[in-house]
Formats: sequence, structure tokens, C-alpha cells
Amino acid sequence: MSEPLLQAVNLECERDDRVLFRDLSFSILPGTLIRVEGPNGSGKTTLLRILAGLNDSYSGDLLWRGQRRDGYREDFLRNMLYLGHRPGIKPLLTPIENLRALMAGRRSVPDKVLWQALEGTGLGGFQAVPCHSLSAGQQRRVALARLLIADEPLWILDEVFTAIDIHGVAALEKLLIERVENGGAIVVTTHHDLRLPAMQRVTLGGGDGYDR
Amino acid sequence: MTAEFTVNLRSPDVSVGTATAMKAVFVRDLKIALRQPQDLLNPLLFFVMVVTLFPLGVSPEVSFLEQAGSGILWVAALLSVLLSLDHLYRHDFDDGTLEQLVLQPQPLFLLVLAKSMAHWVLTGLPLVLLAPVLGVMVHLQGNSVAVLCLTLLIGTPVLSLIGSIGAALTLGLRAAGVLLSLLIIPLYIPVLIFGTGTVMAASEGAPVAGQLALMGAFLVLALTLAPFASAAALRISLSNS
Repeated sequence: MSEPLLQAVNLECERDDRVLFRDLSFSILPGTLIRVEGPNGSGKTTLLRILAGLNDSYSGDLLWRGQRRDGYREDFLRNMLYLGHRPGIKPLLTPIENLRALMAGRRSVPDKVLWQALEGTGLGGFQAVPCHSLSAGQQRRVALARLLIADEPLWILDEVFTAIDIHGVAALEKLLIERVENGGAIVVTTHHDLRLPAMQRVTLGGGDGYDR
Repeated sequence: MTAEFTVNLRSPDVSVGTATAMKAVFVRDLKIALRQPQDLLNPLLFFVMVVTLFPLGVSPEVSFLEQAGSGILWVAALLSVLLSLDHLYRHDFDDGTLEQLVLQPQPLFLLVLAKSMAHWVLTGLPLVLLAPVLGVMVHLQGNSVAVLCLTLLIGTPVLSLIGSIGAALTLGLRAAGVLLSLLIIPLYIPVLIFGTGTVMAASEGAPVAGQLALMGAFLVLALTLAPFASAAALRISLSNS
């Protein structure tokens, strides 16, 4: 077994006096995909935001490669890519400018590669159009273009399949499988019926007793 | 059972330097603002209108304007900066770019500093450039106009930096406007007092170097401390969203 990238130990999170999850422990190993499941409102997004380091209101421990993550924040952030359900796309910028701005803090990537990534997500003819005139699905695709050039070993993806058409979903599934086969670790939430080899599940019970 | 994988972690030297990342944030904010110029014009127009309305509403007498001119200009500048603060993080928060900013590996307070600097270039600097014209309009005499511009040049970055703390703190709230004003205005008062005081002293022919130095101290204090407070406030706001 490889060494886990990120380990959750006895995570507990309460929101609005409601326990979302308690004693939640799991390891995120290289070469695996973890699907976080649960009904609406069961805390899937909250768990992902905790894992990504955006939400600090939890108790329990998060270990980054065996060490408490708090002391290795910079190293963690450098090696983690998070896509939230808000895509992080500026409506006034064009897709290529958005991608350039998103990559600017992480890695210097030549423009040619960025153009290729956009073409790879089917936005070939739209590089110079401001994003506010693109459809919701196309805007998500701008954000997803990052996955084509990302080299971070850990991806945390919240509702990646939202607003993506059938062909896009198939291509994205293929990308995730390839990524996992090459040793990447991925954590996703999705309502899309995802069936991938080497998939693990983390199931969160509904706080309202729904669908347990 | 999973296979053995070697993980290629990203080493620090392939990452982007802090200065490059700060520049990228700065340039991106300027670019976005220039594509939506009406957001930029609103505080400027407000500044010009308030200063023009005072002589009309109160008194166009030279003696009154000489007395009140510097105060009017400073209060108008302060309120117009306050008007623009809610936009500082709001759009980034709504579209998710703020999350991505917080997750960049560079120190957040420096990225926040870059954002505050962009905010100053877009709102404070135009006020400083407009001030001489309006200063002449309210009958400030030769030397006082120069001192007024200087105090605004030192003072408006302080307003942007302090304002950034308030904007970050009130980010998660639905009706942030009122709370933002209540939080921020008390912190603006010292800057206002010294700003107008310096111009008044100049118009009476008194030396102003000491007061300018004190304003410079405000700026240094805000530059060094405000970004840390803003960064912490942003984390709290995002944590609760």
C-alpha cells in the first residue's frame, strides 16, 4: 500500500446545532477515487471544503502525508486542486484570461498549453468571448480545463458533472479514470451515477433521517 | 488492495513566486474593473457631486469655503471610498474566485495586499487626481491645494487597507452595507482628523511636516497590519459560508 496523501481522523462537524458527521475516518491513497455520497444537506460539500482547507469549523485531525496539516499548509495547497460548485470563473474575462489567472498562482504555463486545454474541453472557438456570454455548461468547462493541465496529486472536486452534457460527462469520466490509473488521488461528490474501478465510497447519513 | 504508486509531489521551486502571484492578482483586478467602467465612475461621480453641492446648499461665500473646503473634500473622499468597498471581495466571493485565491500556496496576506493596492489604484488614486480641480473650486489657496493632494495621496491607501478588513469581515452577511459602515467609519476618523487638520494648518501658514509624518505612520501601520487582519477575516467568512 502506498502512503496516504490525506487522512481524516475522527472528523466531526456540526452545523446549525445539527451534527453532519461524527467519527468519520478515512484515508485518501494515491491511485484511488473516493466518492462522497449522501442525500442533499448531508454535508458532502462541507466535508469537501474541510478537506480542502476552506472550512475550519470541525474537530478531529487531518493528516497531510502523516503530519498534522496545519503545519504544512503551503505544501498541502501546492499539491491540492479544488474545484467548488462555484466555478471560479470571472464573467468579464475571456476563457483564456480566466485560465491564465487561475494558473498564475500555481505554475507558469505557456499560453499554447492553455489554448490546447480549452480546445480539449470543446471551447475551441470561444477563447476570445467574455465568459458572461457563455452558457453555464461552457463556464464549467472553462474551470474543468484546469484538470487537463493540472499536475497536483490530490484533486477535490465538488459536483463536477453539473451542467455538463453527455459527451462531456463521458470525457470527464475517462479523464478521472486515467488520472487514477496514473496514481492521482481524487475525492468527488456527484449525483451522477459514477462507476469507476478502484472507487471507494464515503457515505454520509442524512441529518434529517432521510434515505439512511 | 491498491497498487504501489510513487507520488510526484510538486516541489517548491516549480511553483510560482509570491511576487508573480501578487502581480497576477493585481493585473486581473485592474483588467476586470476597466471592463466595467461604470463601477469605477460611481464613487468618482459621488465625490465630485458632494463637493459641488456644498457651495450650492450651504453658502458660496469665499470665507465659508476657505474654512470648510478641506473638510468637505476629505469627507467626500472618505465616503466615496466607503461606497466602493462592498465590491472589493463580493464579486470574487459570489463567483468562487475568492476560494481559489485562498487556496493559492502563496501567503494570503500578500495576495490580499495586492487586491487592496488594486482597489486603491482604481478608487483612491482617481480621487487624488481630481482633488486639485475641486480644491481650486472651494477656494483653497496655492499651497493648501498641494498639501490637500499630498494628504489624500497618503490617506486614501489607508482607507482602502482598513476598508478591506471590514469588507472581508462582512462578506458572509446578506445585508453587509450598514454593518460595514459602522465597523469602518470609527477607524477612518483619525485619518480624517489628521487629513483635514494638515490642510487647515497649511492654509494658516503653519508647518505641516509633523502631521504629514504622522499620516505616513498611519500608512505604514495599515500596510503592515491590515493585510493580516483582512486575510484572517477572509478565512473566517469563507469558513462560515
